[in-house]
Amino acid sequence: MKSAQTPLHKVEGMGSSHSGTGHFWHERVTSVALIPLSLWFLYVMLGLAGTSEVTALQFLAHPWNALLMGAFMSFSLYHAYLGLQVVIDDYIHTAGTKIFLLLFSLLSIIAVGVVSLFAIVRIAAL
Amino acid sequence: MADTPQKPVAASRPLSPHLTIYRWPVTMATSITHRVTGVGLTFGAIVLAWWLVCISTGPDGWQTFHAVSDTPIGLLILFGLTWSLVYHFLNGIRHLAWDLGYGFPKQVAERNSVIILALSVVGALAIFALVWTGHGGYLQ
Repeated sequence: MKSAQTPLHKVEGMGSSHSGTGHFWHERVTSVALIPLSLWFLYVMLGLAGTSEVTALQFLAHPWNALLMGAFMSFSLYHAYLGLQVVIDDYIHTAGTKIFLLLFSLLSIIAVGVVSLFAIVRIAAL
Repeated sequence: MADTPQKPVAASRPLSPHLTIYRWPVTMATSITHRVTGVGLTFGAIVLAWWLVCISTGPDGWQTFHAVSDTPIGLLILFGLTWSLVYHFLNGIRHLAWDLGYGFPKQVAERNSVIILALSVVGALAIFALVWTGHGGYLQ
């Protein structure tokens, strides 16, 4: 039987959503990465609790800690966006509100990411 | 008959039993809690970003952060975020186990739900207890 699908469409295997299992897979990959990163983050927050600004500055200025904090923030924010997207898709049924909330959450998350990465770089450069 | 009769028809249409009809099984509670803590942790990321900005702007910024975080409401928010992180972490691992095909039998899922709920509260309390008993701050 002749199919209406183009050979490219067939080989891509993305189905009608055009994104296939990408969303699901990215959510899992970020969650696996966040297991060790969250444990590290908890260790850091406990270790900095009750200390001074100087301690926090010196700790975060270390290249490895700056990198890990940047990675924790980036993976968290991407994971958060993927999660928020599902929540919005599930509960908001009006197209206008849905598109607004999706764009608002995406832009807010990018803004939070840019601000925190800048702060991390600034701390490391101090 | 110019009025559209759609609304009354839609209202009187019989619906199949839905969320509001069932007694809440514990698995339903852990599922919605995963979402709620996830959304909560997104706001936690904003708090973390603000903390980083405060550190990067020097002593004044640090004091501004602590002026807010050292209040009862600030501590309550930090405790909520801590619990959310512990819960989302534990239940997230369960989600990954589900993806691999483990933990689906009804009794196992119910037992794990209770364990995760209890463990998340114990974990969050333990973290705060460690700080209050002076076991935090070891990075100094």
